[in-house]
Amino acid sequence: MTLDPIVRVSDLRKVFGFVRVLDGVSLDVRGGEAVALLGANGAGKTTLLKILATLVRPTRGTATIAGHDVVRAAETVRPLLGVVAHGAWVYDDLTARENLKFWSTLGGLHADADDLAAALAGVGLDRVADARVRTFSAGMKRRLSLARVMLGRPRVLLLDEPFAGLDQRAKKWLEERLEALKAGGAALLMVTHSFGRELGVADRLAVLAGGRIALDTPRGSLGPDDIQRLYAVHTEDTP
Amino acid sequence: MSWARRALAVAWKDLAVERRSKETLNALVFFSLLLLFVFQFTLGSDRERLAAVLPGVLWLGFVLSALLALGRTFLVEREHDCWEGLLLAPGDKSAIYLGKLVGNLALMLLVETLVLALFIVFFDIDLGRAMPGLLVVMLLGTLGLAAVGTLFAAMTANVRARELLFPVLLLPVQVPVLLATVKATEGLLLGEPLAAVAHWVKLLVAADTVYVIVSLLTFDVVLEG
Repeated sequence: MTLDPIVRVSDLRKVFGFVRVLDGVSLDVRGGEAVALLGANGAGKTTLLKILATLVRPTRGTATIAGHDVVRAAETVRPLLGVVAHGAWVYDDLTARENLKFWSTLGGLHADADDLAAALAGVGLDRVADARVRTFSAGMKRRLSLARVMLGRPRVLLLDEPFAGLDQRAKKWLEERLEALKAGGAALLMVTHSFGRELGVADRLAVLAGGRIALDTPRGSLGPDDIQRLYAVHTEDTP
Repeated sequence: MSWARRALAVAWKDLAVERRSKETLNALVFFSLLLLFVFQFTLGSDRERLAAVLPGVLWLGFVLSALLALGRTFLVEREHDCWEGLLLAPGDKSAIYLGKLVGNLALMLLVETLVLALFIVFFDIDLGRAMPGLLVVMLLGTLGLAAVGTLFAAMTANVRARELLFPVLLLPVQVPVLLATVKATEGLLLGEPLAAVAHWVKLLVAADTVYVIVSLLTFDVVLEG
Protein backbone atom coordinates (compact mmCIF):
# COMPACT_ATOMS: atom_id res chain seq x y z
CA MET A 1 0.00 0.00 0.00
CA THR A 2 1.37 3.46 -0.89
CA LEU A 3 1.49 6.20 1.73
CA ASP A 4 0.21 9.07 -0.41
CA PRO A 5 -3.45 8.80 -1.36
CA ILE A 6 -4.20 8.39 -5.06
CA VAL A 7 -7.82 9.43 -4.52
CA ARG A 8 -8.28 12.51 -2.38
CA VAL A 9 -11.70 14.01 -1.73
CA SER A 10 -11.89 17.18 0.32
CA ASP A 11 -15.02 18.92 1.62
CA LEU A 12 -16.99 17.86 -1.44
CA ARG A 13 -20.50 19.22 -1.85
CA LYS A 14 -23.09 18.51 -4.50
CA VAL A 15 -26.51 20.11 -4.70
CA PHE A 16 -29.22 19.01 -7.15
CA GLY A 17 -31.86 21.75 -7.18
CA PHE A 18 -32.83 22.13 -3.53
CA VAL A 19 -31.46 18.74 -2.51
CA ARG A 20 -28.03 18.68 -0.86
CA VAL A 21 -26.77 15.21 -1.75
CA LEU A 22 -23.16 15.60 -0.61
CA ASP A 23 -22.45 18.04 2.19
CA GLY A 24 -18.74 18.11 2.95
CA VAL A 25 -17.44 14.66 2.08
CA SER A 26 -13.74 14.04 2.73
CA LEU A 27 -12.13 10.70 1.91
CA ASP A 28 -8.74 9.34 0.86
CA VAL A 29 -7.87 6.07 -0.87
CA ARG A 30 -4.27 4.92 -1.17
CA GLY A 31 -2.73 2.79 -3.89
CA GLY A 32 -3.17 -0.90 -3.13
CA GLU A 33 -6.10 -0.13 -0.85
CA ALA A 34 -9.78 -0.93 -1.28
CA VAL A 35 -12.44 1.19 0.40
CA ALA A 36 -16.04 0.00 0.55
CA LEU A 37 -18.54 2.83 0.49
CA LEU A 38 -21.76 1.97 2.28
CA GLY A 39 -24.93 3.99 2.65
CA ALA A 40 -28.68 3.93 2.34
CA ASN A 41 -30.44 4.56 -0.97
CA GLY A 42 -30.05 8.19 -1.98
CA ALA A 43 -27.11 8.76 0.38
CA GLY A 44 -25.01 10.03 -2.53
CA LYS A 45 -22.68 7.05 -3.07
CA THR A 46 -23.17 6.92 -6.85
CA THR A 47 -22.98 10.71 -7.05
CA LEU A 48 -19.60 10.62 -5.30
CA LEU A 49 -18.42 7.92 -7.69
CA LYS A 50 -19.63 9.92 -10.69
CA ILE A 51 -17.81 13.03 -9.50
CA LEU A 52 -14.59 11.03 -9.18
CA ALA A 53 -15.24 9.55 -12.63
CA THR A 54 -15.44 13.13 -14.05
CA LEU A 55 -19.05 12.55 -15.09
CA VAL A 56 -20.63 15.01 -12.64
CA ARG A 57 -19.23 18.35 -11.49
CA PRO A 58 -19.22 19.05 -7.75
CA THR A 59 -20.91 22.19 -6.44
CA ARG A 60 -18.03 22.90 -4.04
CA GLY A 61 -14.92 21.22 -2.72
CA THR A 62 -12.19 19.33 -4.54
CA ALA A 63 -11.50 15.81 -5.67
CA THR A 64 -8.19 14.71 -7.12
CA ILE A 65 -6.94 11.51 -8.74
CA ALA A 66 -3.15 11.10 -8.60
CA GLY A 67 -2.92 14.82 -7.86
CA HIS A 68 -5.07 15.89 -10.83
CA ASP A 69 -8.30 17.78 -10.20
CA VAL A 70 -11.26 15.82 -11.59
CA VAL A 71 -12.94 19.00 -12.88
CA ARG A 72 -10.05 21.07 -14.21
CA ALA A 73 -7.95 18.16 -15.46
CA ALA A 74 -10.68 15.69 -16.44
CA GLU A 75 -8.84 14.70 -19.63
CA THR A 76 -5.72 13.80 -17.61
CA VAL A 77 -7.75 11.89 -15.03
CA ARG A 78 -9.81 9.75 -17.43
CA PRO A 79 -6.99 7.48 -18.69
CA LEU A 80 -6.12 6.71 -15.04
CA LEU A 81 -9.60 5.42 -14.26
CA GLY A 82 -11.34 2.10 -14.62
CA VAL A 83 -15.07 2.38 -14.10
CA VAL A 84 -17.46 -0.51 -13.57
CA ALA A 85 -20.86 1.15 -13.42
CA HIS A 86 -24.38 -0.27 -13.05
CA GLY A 87 -24.48 -0.97 -16.78
CA ALA A 88 -21.80 -3.22 -18.26
CA TRP A 89 -21.08 -0.90 -21.23
CA VAL A 90 -21.43 -3.66 -23.78
CA TYR A 91 -23.21 -3.79 -27.12
CA ASP A 92 -25.40 -6.88 -27.34
CA ASP A 93 -24.96 -7.26 -31.09
CA LEU A 94 -21.17 -7.25 -31.01
CA THR A 95 -19.08 -10.20 -29.91
CA ALA A 96 -17.05 -10.11 -26.69
CA ARG A 97 -13.85 -9.60 -28.69
CA GLU A 98 -15.41 -6.82 -30.79
CA ASN A 99 -16.67 -5.04 -27.67
CA LEU A 100 -13.18 -5.09 -26.15
CA LYS A 101 -11.60 -3.97 -29.41
CA PHE A 102 -14.06 -1.07 -29.70
CA TRP A 103 -13.53 0.21 -26.16
CA SER A 104 -9.75 -0.16 -26.34
CA THR A 105 -9.61 1.82 -29.60
CA LEU A 106 -11.94 4.48 -28.22
CA GLY A 107 -9.82 4.67 -25.07
CA GLY A 108 -6.73 5.32 -27.18
CA LEU A 109 -5.15 1.97 -26.21
CA HIS A 110 -3.25 0.04 -28.82
CA ALA A 111 -4.41 -3.43 -27.86
CA ASP A 112 -3.46 -6.04 -30.44
CA ALA A 113 -5.13 -9.43 -30.96
CA ASP A 114 -2.92 -11.04 -28.31
CA ASP A 115 -3.79 -8.38 -25.73
CA LEU A 116 -7.51 -8.88 -26.39
CA ALA A 117 -7.19 -12.66 -26.19
CA ALA A 118 -5.24 -12.40 -22.94
CA ALA A 119 -7.82 -10.02 -21.42
CA LEU A 120 -10.65 -12.38 -22.39
CA ALA A 121 -8.78 -15.39 -21.05
CA GLY A 122 -8.14 -13.45 -17.84
CA VAL A 123 -11.87 -13.23 -17.20
CA GLY A 124 -12.62 -16.74 -18.44
CA LEU A 125 -14.41 -15.65 -21.62
CA ASP A 126 -11.87 -16.91 -24.15
CA ARG A 127 -14.13 -19.76 -25.25
CA VAL A 128 -17.02 -17.41 -26.04
CA ALA A 129 -14.86 -14.59 -27.42
CA ASP A 130 -16.61 -14.65 -30.77
CA ALA A 131 -20.13 -15.14 -29.49
CA ARG A 132 -22.52 -12.21 -29.48
CA VAL A 133 -22.92 -10.62 -26.07
CA ARG A 134 -26.71 -10.93 -26.48
CA THR A 135 -26.30 -14.58 -25.48
CA PHE A 136 -24.33 -13.77 -22.29
CA SER A 137 -25.65 -13.95 -18.73
CA ALA A 138 -25.44 -10.90 -16.44
CA GLY A 139 -22.37 -12.42 -14.77
CA MET A 140 -20.60 -12.91 -18.11
CA LYS A 141 -21.35 -9.31 -19.08
CA ARG A 142 -19.90 -8.18 -15.76
CA ARG A 143 -16.76 -10.21 -16.47
CA LEU A 144 -16.49 -8.66 -19.93
CA SER A 145 -16.83 -5.26 -18.30
CA LEU A 146 -13.93 -6.13 -15.99
CA ALA A 147 -11.83 -7.32 -18.94
CA ARG A 148 -12.39 -3.91 -20.52
CA VAL A 149 -11.26 -2.20 -17.33
CA MET A 150 -8.18 -4.39 -16.88
CA LEU A 151 -7.08 -3.83 -20.47
CA GLY A 152 -6.47 -0.17 -19.58
CA ARG A 153 -4.39 -1.02 -16.47
CA PRO A 154 -6.08 1.70 -14.39
CA ARG A 155 -4.54 3.23 -11.28
CA VAL A 156 -7.97 3.81 -9.76
CA LEU A 157 -10.99 1.54 -9.95
CA LEU A 158 -14.44 2.94 -9.29
CA LEU A 159 -16.93 0.13 -8.82
CA ASP A 160 -20.67 0.61 -8.39
CA GLU A 161 -22.10 -2.53 -6.80
CA PRO A 162 -19.72 -4.81 -8.68
CA PHE A 163 -21.11 -7.97 -7.04
CA ALA A 164 -24.75 -7.26 -7.87
CA GLY A 165 -26.37 -10.01 -9.94
CA LEU A 166 -23.45 -12.42 -9.64
CA ASP A 167 -23.74 -16.00 -8.41
CA GLN A 168 -21.42 -17.32 -5.66
CA ARG A 169 -18.80 -18.64 -8.08
CA ALA A 170 -18.69 -15.40 -10.01
CA LYS A 171 -18.42 -13.43 -6.74
CA LYS A 172 -15.43 -15.51 -5.68
CA TRP A 173 -13.89 -15.01 -9.09
CA LEU A 174 -14.41 -11.22 -8.89
CA GLU A 175 -12.93 -11.09 -5.39
CA GLU A 176 -9.78 -12.75 -6.66
CA ARG A 177 -9.49 -10.31 -9.55
CA LEU A 178 -9.99 -7.30 -7.30
CA GLU A 179 -7.36 -8.63 -4.89
CA ALA A 180 -4.98 -8.99 -7.85
CA LEU A 181 -5.63 -5.40 -8.92
CA LYS A 182 -4.99 -4.22 -5.36
CA ALA A 183 -1.75 -6.19 -5.26
CA GLY A 184 -0.80 -4.41 -8.48
CA GLY A 185 -1.08 -1.07 -6.68
CA ALA A 186 -4.49 0.09 -7.86
CA ALA A 187 -6.77 2.07 -5.54
CA LEU A 188 -10.31 0.69 -5.32
CA LEU A 189 -13.42 2.57 -4.29
CA MET A 190 -16.39 0.26 -4.23
CA VAL A 191 -20.03 1.11 -3.61
CA THR A 192 -21.96 -1.78 -2.10
CA HIS A 193 -25.16 -2.56 -0.23
CA SER A 194 -23.93 -5.93 0.95
CA PHE A 195 -22.39 -6.73 4.33
CA GLY A 196 -21.39 -10.28 3.46
CA ARG A 197 -18.33 -11.77 1.84
CA GLU A 198 -18.33 -9.01 -0.79
CA LEU A 199 -16.69 -6.79 1.80
CA GLY A 200 -13.82 -9.27 2.10
CA VAL A 201 -11.79 -7.37 -0.43
CA ALA A 202 -12.19 -4.03 1.43
CA ASP A 203 -9.44 -2.73 3.72
CA ARG A 204 -11.58 0.14 4.99
CA LEU A 205 -15.27 0.83 5.36
CA ALA A 206 -16.75 4.28 4.84
CA VAL A 207 -20.41 4.95 5.62
CA LEU A 208 -22.04 7.86 3.83
CA ALA A 209 -25.00 9.38 5.68
CA GLY A 210 -26.50 12.85 5.78
CA GLY A 211 -24.23 13.90 2.92
CA ARG A 212 -21.07 13.22 4.94
CA ILE A 213 -18.74 10.35 5.75
CA ALA A 214 -20.30 9.31 9.05
CA LEU A 215 -17.86 6.48 9.67
CA ASP A 216 -14.43 5.70 8.23
CA THR A 217 -12.83 2.67 9.86
CA PRO A 218 -10.44 -0.16 9.00
CA ARG A 219 -12.36 -3.34 8.29
CA GLY A 220 -9.91 -5.33 10.40
CA SER A 221 -11.64 -8.28 11.92
CA LEU A 222 -15.14 -6.84 11.77
CA GLY A 223 -17.66 -9.52 10.88
CA PRO A 224 -20.89 -9.02 8.94
CA ASP A 225 -22.90 -8.55 12.17
CA ASP A 226 -20.49 -5.89 13.47
CA ILE A 227 -20.62 -4.07 10.16
CA GLN A 228 -24.42 -4.29 10.10
CA ARG A 229 -24.57 -2.83 13.62
CA LEU A 230 -22.16 0.01 12.83
CA TYR A 231 -24.03 0.75 9.63
CA ALA A 232 -27.39 0.85 11.43
CA VAL A 233 -26.03 3.21 14.10
CA HIS A 234 -24.80 5.70 11.53
CA THR A 235 -27.54 5.51 8.93
CA GLU A 236 -30.72 4.57 10.80
CA ASP A 237 -31.22 2.15 7.89
CA THR A 238 -32.24 -0.95 9.84
CA PRO A 239 -33.96 -4.08 8.59
CA MET B 1 -4.06 9.14 -36.38
CA SER B 2 -5.61 8.12 -33.09
CA TRP B 3 -8.45 10.58 -33.72
CA ALA B 4 -9.20 9.01 -37.10
CA ARG B 5 -8.97 5.48 -35.63
CA ARG B 6 -11.45 6.41 -32.92
CA ALA B 7 -13.84 7.96 -35.46
CA LEU B 8 -13.59 4.83 -37.62
CA ALA B 9 -14.18 2.60 -34.59
CA VAL B 10 -17.42 4.45 -33.75
CA ALA B 11 -18.64 4.32 -37.36
CA TRP B 12 -17.76 0.63 -37.65
CA LYS B 13 -19.46 -0.16 -34.34
CA ASP B 14 -22.68 1.66 -35.29
CA LEU B 15 -22.86 0.00 -38.70
CA ALA B 16 -22.03 -3.46 -37.32
CA VAL B 17 -24.70 -3.16 -34.62
CA GLU B 18 -27.25 -1.95 -37.19
CA ARG B 19 -26.29 -4.61 -39.74
CA ARG B 20 -26.88 -7.34 -37.17
CA SER B 21 -29.91 -5.96 -35.33
CA LYS B 22 -31.53 -4.12 -38.28
CA GLU B 23 -33.64 -2.29 -35.68
CA THR B 24 -33.55 1.13 -37.36
CA LEU B 25 -33.30 -0.14 -40.93
CA ASN B 26 -36.42 -2.32 -40.71
CA ALA B 27 -38.44 0.53 -39.21
CA LEU B 28 -37.23 3.00 -41.84
CA VAL B 29 -37.97 0.72 -44.78
CA PHE B 30 -41.46 -0.03 -43.47
CA PHE B 31 -42.10 3.66 -42.77
CA SER B 32 -40.89 4.64 -46.25
CA LEU B 33 -43.17 2.06 -47.86
CA LEU B 34 -46.13 3.45 -45.92
CA LEU B 35 -45.28 6.97 -47.08
CA LEU B 36 -45.06 5.83 -50.67
CA PHE B 37 -48.49 4.19 -50.47
CA VAL B 38 -49.97 7.39 -49.02
CA PHE B 39 -48.36 9.51 -51.73
CA GLN B 40 -49.50 7.11 -54.43
CA PHE B 41 -53.10 7.21 -53.24
CA THR B 42 -53.02 11.00 -52.84
CA LEU B 43 -51.40 11.87 -56.14
CA GLY B 44 -52.89 9.15 -58.30
CA SER B 45 -51.80 8.98 -61.93
CA ASP B 46 -52.04 12.69 -62.81
CA ARG B 47 -48.61 13.21 -64.45
CA GLU B 48 -48.75 17.02 -64.36
CA ARG B 49 -49.60 17.16 -60.69
CA LEU B 50 -46.95 14.53 -59.99
CA ALA B 51 -44.25 16.48 -61.82
CA ALA B 52 -45.10 19.60 -59.80
CA VAL B 53 -44.97 17.97 -56.39
CA LEU B 54 -42.43 15.16 -56.88
CA PRO B 55 -39.33 17.06 -55.63
CA GLY B 56 -41.14 18.09 -52.45
CA VAL B 57 -42.68 14.67 -51.91
CA LEU B 58 -39.34 12.93 -52.46
CA TRP B 59 -37.54 15.11 -49.93
CA LEU B 60 -40.44 14.92 -47.50
CA GLY B 61 -39.94 11.14 -47.53
CA PHE B 62 -36.19 11.55 -47.03
CA VAL B 63 -36.58 14.07 -44.20
CA LEU B 64 -39.21 12.09 -42.31
CA SER B 65 -37.17 8.89 -42.44
CA ALA B 66 -34.05 10.89 -41.48
CA LEU B 67 -35.85 12.24 -38.40
CA LEU B 68 -36.53 8.68 -37.27
CA ALA B 69 -32.98 7.49 -37.93
CA LEU B 70 -31.17 10.50 -36.47
CA GLY B 71 -33.34 10.61 -33.35
CA ARG B 72 -32.07 7.14 -32.41
CA THR B 73 -28.38 7.97 -32.85
CA PHE B 74 -27.59 8.35 -29.15
CA LEU B 75 -30.60 6.51 -27.75
CA VAL B 76 -28.80 3.33 -28.77
CA GLU B 77 -25.99 4.31 -26.40
CA ARG B 78 -28.44 4.90 -23.57
CA GLU B 79 -30.24 1.61 -24.20
CA HIS B 80 -26.92 -0.25 -23.94
CA ASP B 81 -25.82 1.80 -20.90
CA CYS B 82 -22.82 2.93 -22.93
CA TRP B 83 -23.40 6.70 -22.76
CA GLU B 84 -21.06 7.13 -19.78
CA GLY B 85 -18.43 5.06 -21.56
CA LEU B 86 -18.46 7.49 -24.48
CA LEU B 87 -18.21 10.44 -22.09
CA LEU B 88 -15.22 8.90 -20.32
CA ALA B 89 -13.33 8.16 -23.52
CA PRO B 90 -10.18 10.26 -23.32
CA GLY B 91 -9.30 12.64 -26.13
CA ASP B 92 -11.20 14.88 -28.48
CA LYS B 93 -14.90 13.94 -28.55
CA SER B 94 -15.26 15.23 -32.10
CA ALA B 95 -13.98 11.79 -33.21
CA ILE B 96 -17.16 10.30 -31.74
CA TYR B 97 -19.22 12.89 -33.65
CA LEU B 98 -17.49 12.09 -36.94
CA GLY B 99 -17.96 8.35 -36.41
CA LYS B 100 -21.65 8.82 -35.63
CA LEU B 101 -22.04 11.12 -38.65
CA VAL B 102 -20.48 8.55 -41.01
CA GLY B 103 -22.73 5.80 -39.58
CA ASN B 104 -25.84 7.96 -39.96
CA LEU B 105 -24.88 9.06 -43.45
CA ALA B 106 -24.38 5.46 -44.61
CA LEU B 107 -27.73 4.34 -43.15
CA MET B 108 -29.66 7.33 -44.53
CA LEU B 109 -28.15 7.01 -48.01
CA LEU B 110 -29.05 3.32 -48.05
CA VAL B 111 -32.67 4.07 -47.15
CA GLU B 112 -32.85 6.99 -49.59
CA THR B 113 -31.53 4.85 -52.44
CA LEU B 114 -34.23 2.30 -51.66
CA VAL B 115 -36.92 5.00 -51.45
CA LEU B 116 -35.76 6.51 -54.74
CA ALA B 117 -35.89 3.11 -56.44
CA LEU B 118 -39.41 2.56 -55.10
CA PHE B 119 -40.46 6.04 -56.25
CA ILE B 120 -39.33 5.17 -59.77
CA VAL B 121 -41.36 1.95 -59.67
CA PHE B 122 -44.45 3.34 -57.89
CA PHE B 123 -44.79 6.50 -59.99
CA ASP B 124 -43.40 5.08 -63.23
CA ILE B 125 -40.93 7.92 -63.74
CA ASP B 126 -37.80 7.99 -65.86
CA LEU B 127 -34.85 9.60 -64.07
CA GLY B 128 -32.25 8.46 -66.59
CA ARG B 129 -30.65 11.83 -67.43
CA ALA B 130 -31.32 13.42 -64.08
CA MET B 131 -29.88 10.56 -62.03
CA PRO B 132 -26.18 11.62 -61.77
CA GLY B 133 -27.13 15.16 -60.69
CA LEU B 134 -29.81 13.82 -58.38
CA LEU B 135 -27.29 11.57 -56.64
CA VAL B 136 -25.01 14.58 -56.03
CA VAL B 137 -27.90 16.57 -54.56
CA MET B 138 -28.98 13.58 -52.46
CA LEU B 139 -25.48 13.15 -51.06
CA LEU B 140 -25.07 16.83 -50.21
CA GLY B 141 -28.59 17.22 -48.81
CA THR B 142 -28.24 14.10 -46.68
CA LEU B 143 -24.88 15.28 -45.36
CA GLY B 144 -26.48 18.56 -44.28
CA LEU B 145 -29.34 16.73 -42.56
CA ALA B 146 -27.05 14.21 -40.86
CA ALA B 147 -24.47 16.81 -39.77
CA VAL B 148 -26.89 18.89 -37.70
CA GLY B 149 -29.10 15.90 -36.85
CA THR B 150 -26.22 14.02 -35.23
CA LEU B 151 -25.30 17.06 -33.13
CA PHE B 152 -28.89 17.74 -32.05
CA ALA B 153 -29.47 14.05 -31.31
CA ALA B 154 -26.63 14.24 -28.77
CA MET B 155 -28.01 17.52 -27.41
CA THR B 156 -31.50 16.09 -26.83
CA ALA B 157 -30.53 12.54 -25.78
CA ASN B 158 -30.80 13.37 -22.08
CA VAL B 159 -33.84 15.62 -22.05
CA ARG B 160 -37.48 14.79 -21.55
CA ALA B 161 -39.80 15.03 -24.57
CA ARG B 162 -36.76 14.60 -26.82
CA GLU B 163 -38.96 13.08 -29.54
CA LEU B 164 -40.76 16.44 -29.78
CA LEU B 165 -37.77 18.65 -29.19
CA PHE B 166 -35.51 16.99 -31.75
CA PRO B 167 -37.50 17.84 -34.93
CA VAL B 168 -38.50 21.23 -33.52
CA LEU B 169 -34.81 22.12 -33.16
CA LEU B 170 -33.61 20.43 -36.33
CA LEU B 171 -36.06 21.52 -39.02
CA PRO B 172 -35.66 25.32 -38.73
CA VAL B 173 -31.89 24.97 -39.02
CA GLN B 174 -32.37 22.81 -42.09
CA VAL B 175 -34.24 25.49 -44.09
CA PRO B 176 -31.26 26.33 -46.37
CA VAL B 177 -30.61 22.62 -47.04
CA LEU B 178 -34.28 21.81 -47.69
CA LEU B 179 -34.73 24.85 -49.94
CA ALA B 180 -31.61 24.06 -51.97
CA THR B 181 -32.32 20.33 -52.28
CA VAL B 182 -35.95 20.73 -53.34
CA LYS B 183 -35.13 23.49 -55.85
CA ALA B 184 -32.15 21.61 -57.28
CA THR B 185 -34.19 18.39 -57.52
CA GLU B 186 -37.01 20.28 -59.24
CA GLY B 187 -34.63 21.64 -61.86
CA LEU B 188 -33.01 18.26 -62.45
CA LEU B 189 -36.37 16.51 -62.81
CA LEU B 190 -37.42 19.14 -65.37
CA GLY B 191 -34.44 18.03 -67.46
CA GLU B 192 -32.02 20.85 -66.62
CA PRO B 193 -28.32 19.95 -66.39
CA LEU B 194 -26.50 20.09 -63.04
CA ALA B 195 -24.76 23.31 -64.15
CA ALA B 196 -28.16 25.03 -64.36
CA VAL B 197 -28.81 24.39 -60.66
CA ALA B 198 -25.20 25.04 -59.62
CA HIS B 199 -26.22 27.99 -57.41
CA TRP B 200 -28.36 25.63 -55.29
CA VAL B 201 -25.58 23.07 -55.19
CA LYS B 202 -23.17 25.80 -54.02
CA LEU B 203 -25.60 26.72 -51.25
CA LEU B 204 -25.70 23.06 -50.22
CA VAL B 205 -21.91 22.80 -50.17
CA ALA B 206 -21.66 26.00 -48.11
CA ALA B 207 -24.33 24.86 -45.64
CA ASP B 208 -22.73 21.41 -45.28
CA THR B 209 -19.30 22.93 -44.67
CA VAL B 210 -20.62 25.28 -41.99
CA TYR B 211 -22.73 22.56 -40.32
CA VAL B 212 -19.93 19.98 -40.21
CA ILE B 213 -17.28 22.43 -38.94
CA VAL B 214 -19.55 23.98 -36.30
CA SER B 215 -20.67 20.53 -35.15
CA LEU B 216 -17.08 19.24 -34.90
CA LEU B 217 -16.09 22.29 -32.86
CA THR B 218 -19.07 22.23 -30.49
CA PHE B 219 -19.63 18.50 -29.99
CA ASP B 220 -17.29 18.29 -27.01
CA VAL B 221 -19.31 20.95 -25.17
CA VAL B 222 -22.61 19.30 -26.15
CA LEU B 223 -21.56 15.85 -24.96
CA GLU B 224 -20.05 17.06 -21.69
CA GLY B 225 -23.20 19.12 -21.07
